[in-house]
Amino acid sequence: MKQNTDQMNRMKQRLLLNNLMKHSFLFLTLIALAVLVILIVQVFTQGIGWLDWNFLTSKLSLNPDRAGILGVIVGTILLMVVVGPVTMLLGICTAIYLEEYAKKGRVHSFIQTNISNLAGVPSVIFGLLGLTVFSRMFNLGSSIVAGGLTMSLLVLPIVVVASQEAIRAVPQFLREASYGMGATKWQTIRRIVLPASLPGILTGMILSLSRAIGETAPLVVLGIPVLIMPVPDSLMDDFTALPIQIYYWTLDAVLTAEYANLAAATIIVLLIVLFIMNSAAIFIRNKFQKRY
Amino acid sequence: MANNNLGVKEQIQQNLQKRNKRLMEKAVPLLLFTAAFISVLTTIGIVLTLVFDTFQFFRKVPFWEFFTSTDLSPLGKDPSFGILPLINGTIISSLIAMCVAIPIGLTSAIYLSEYATDRVRKLVKPMMEVLAGIPTIVYGFFAYSFVTPILTYIIPDLGAKNVLSPGIVMGIMIIPLVASLSEDAMSSVPNSMREGALALGATRFEVTLKVIIPAAISGIIASFVLAVSRAIGETMIVTIASGSSKNFTFDITESMQTMTAYIVEFTSGDAGSGTVGYYSLYAVGFTLFFFTLIMNLIAQYISRKFREAY
Amino acid sequence: MIQLMEKEDAATAADQRNEIVLDTRELNLWYGPEQALKNIALQMSEKQVTAIIGPSGCGKSTYIKSLNRMVEMNPLVRITGQVMFKKRNIFHKNYSVEELRTQVGMVFQKPNPFPKSIYENVAYGPRIHGIRKKKLLDEIVEKSLRDAALWDEVKDRLNENAYGLSGGQQQRLCIARTLSIEPEVILMDEPTSALDPISTLKIEELVQELKQDYTIVIVTHNMQQAARVSDQTAFFLNGEVVEFNDTVTLFSNPNDQRTEDYITGRFG
Repeated sequence: MKQNTDQMNRMKQRLLLNNLMKHSFLFLTLIALAVLVILIVQVFTQGIGWLDWNFLTSKLSLNPDRAGILGVIVGTILLMVVVGPVTMLLGICTAIYLEEYAKKGRVHSFIQTNISNLAGVPSVIFGLLGLTVFSRMFNLGSSIVAGGLTMSLLVLPIVVVASQEAIRAVPQFLREASYGMGATKWQTIRRIVLPASLPGILTGMILSLSRAIGETAPLVVLGIPVLIMPVPDSLMDDFTALPIQIYYWTLDAVLTAEYANLAAATIIVLLIVLFIMNSAAIFIRNKFQKRY
Repeated sequence: MANNNLGVKEQIQQNLQKRNKRLMEKAVPLLLFTAAFISVLTTIGIVLTLVFDTFQFFRKVPFWEFFTSTDLSPLGKDPSFGILPLINGTIISSLIAMCVAIPIGLTSAIYLSEYATDRVRKLVKPMMEVLAGIPTIVYGFFAYSFVTPILTYIIPDLGAKNVLSPGIVMGIMIIPLVASLSEDAMSSVPNSMREGALALGATRFEVTLKVIIPAAISGIIASFVLAVSRAIGETMIVTIASGSSKNFTFDITESMQTMTAYIVEFTSGDAGSGTVGYYSLYAVGFTLFFFTLIMNLIAQYISRKFREAY
Repeated sequence: MIQLMEKEDAATAADQRNEIVLDTRELNLWYGPEQALKNIALQMSEKQVTAIIGPSGCGKSTYIKSLNRMVEMNPLVRITGQVMFKKRNIFHKNYSVEELRTQVGMVFQKPNPFPKSIYENVAYGPRIHGIRKKKLLDEIVEKSLRDAALWDEVKDRLNENAYGLSGGQQQRLCIARTLSIEPEVILMDEPTSALDPISTLKIEELVQELKQDYTIVIVTHNMQQAARVSDQTAFFLNGEVVEFNDTVTLFSNPNDQRTEDYITGRFG
């Protein structure tokens, strides 16, 4: 009888502990999400008052009341004009090579290992690479082209890995059907494999661009000057982009407190752009989910 | 006859004889290989860039001074280049980040993998992805203009630039990484092990503690190592919120500089090419690259062993 | 009596007219160290249906896939011997697989249309082989779909995705796709194994139709099907041809005990 109550008590204790831990796990999980909410609320309350049409369409200025981010937005768009095509071309070609041509060989595993290691290299190191190779050796300075090429190399692994997964998901029987018609390998890839894997590739592409849009360190390392930059009108111009402007305004908030609000307003713009891009990626992923 | 439409067959046969098609089949793999090789060239470029200019640096600054001196003043009248303050700043900020990221990341992973219903999981995971997708510059702004002022209420001595606040925020940024990798490791533990233990009357918590975590331990540790590597390489948060004093100190309320922040500070200033200061960038960059590479290799090694276990 | 004589005469005349299209000589095939085909020797005549039967794992599928060299998709495969297609050895290094496969088409076990419109599925073959004229493509698509007995069912929805079709329709679409480039031979690898009985019947009827114009090789695990559709039948066992004869003889009066055991259902 006594033994029984002992056991009952221990059981109760164990269940209590289980319950307690369950709730503390939940609580800790919620902390992370709470921070997310706080961050967004804080940025919006600080910046929303400064975000108006003038802010989006005016040029940079030392006077916080007149400063706008037109040039910054143009800079970011032009940067993406370089990053998009370069990354897409290199990423898809690399993925096709790895998945369709170099399967299971030494070359394959060498390039594959190389790509996964590149993905782990800190972005600031890519900045040093860009500074040495693109800015100095190729004499591109801190132009949009130099920044764009540096950024392309940084986000390349994202596109490669996503494209590889998409290509791998194309069922083998589609390839067989094409070969069975007398199609060559390249015809099969171009007309069957690529169209079927395009949604996955596009999703990866958007994700890599959204990484590139928010990335700051490599561009700062390229030596983009802390000046009131004019609106760039060619790819060889010096430029500033959303994250760089946030960085400079945050630093200068020590001198002029209103700059912090400008930074917050710019962050809102950046977050909205990212939100739209990620929604597009999710939309594509859901819309084109497998049909075979 | 099937081929009363002789045209089709003839056209196909003619087309098969064309040479440019065969040329294409040979050229395409070459072109694709060239593209794939760019990623290899990037690695080679990084290594060569770092090695070459680091070599230049050590022609002017003795090797032992760089790695043993606690004095770093690259722009002083009598410049000295000891990397220890930067390594110290990097390690301390990363440690603070780990103190936040590991407990919260791991418990989130446990909650998501072992306790959460599908509905909760569908709600929490996308939010974690959002957390992971926020640019680091935004976290930097958040650390500097929100977390530091809040912390000042608790620690009145806290400087406007200090290592504590960016460390915490960096930890929050890394939570999704630890959570998702650890959760992957835990949910790949076969359900039969889970059910076996539950059938014996163990509670969920006991199963987690005694079955799931031991079985998934290498995956979990790999996620910690990757998190450390991420913290070491993180740049903007510490650059903005931790400042640029090159102190060799253990006081987390003070400003410290990390390796990454040093590189940013120095390049956005006007370090002329060819000066010792300019080359010191690469020596610091090389050290940083070395640290993160080692961490990544360790993580790869651990998770490869883990994959063989099942 | 006279009628019977006439029929026999017609049969011999047909035999003489039908020349051998596919002549397999001493074909051996290995997957790595494992031998899957041993000394296969078979002759297939023009405009005849040859059925290949045998228990699973007997090599019948491997054999039919080696006739258009699809078997080489597996890098471990090693082949000796010859398959003469219209007097040329298909394994000769100067014989391009693309050329072979335009003349020896294939219908697969599971319907495998492309995730494109019905029209694009059929137009795929002509397109990759350089036919671009819209008018000609339209003609080819219609003719192929008619020949595959699918036209009436799909003519109003040619631009819809092929995956909206039923399994049987998908398989007939795959047959139409094969017909679009006017091959000489059509290989069918268990074309009805994934289909319901009614769809199966339609495909069998179609095979009878196609026989007028094409040489057909059909692998099947269904002996009734082999008996219904084929002119000659080969029985495979453990990678070897046990017996090869005209279908009526093979099923009514098999020479080999193993053939008899198999067709009477004693194993397999």
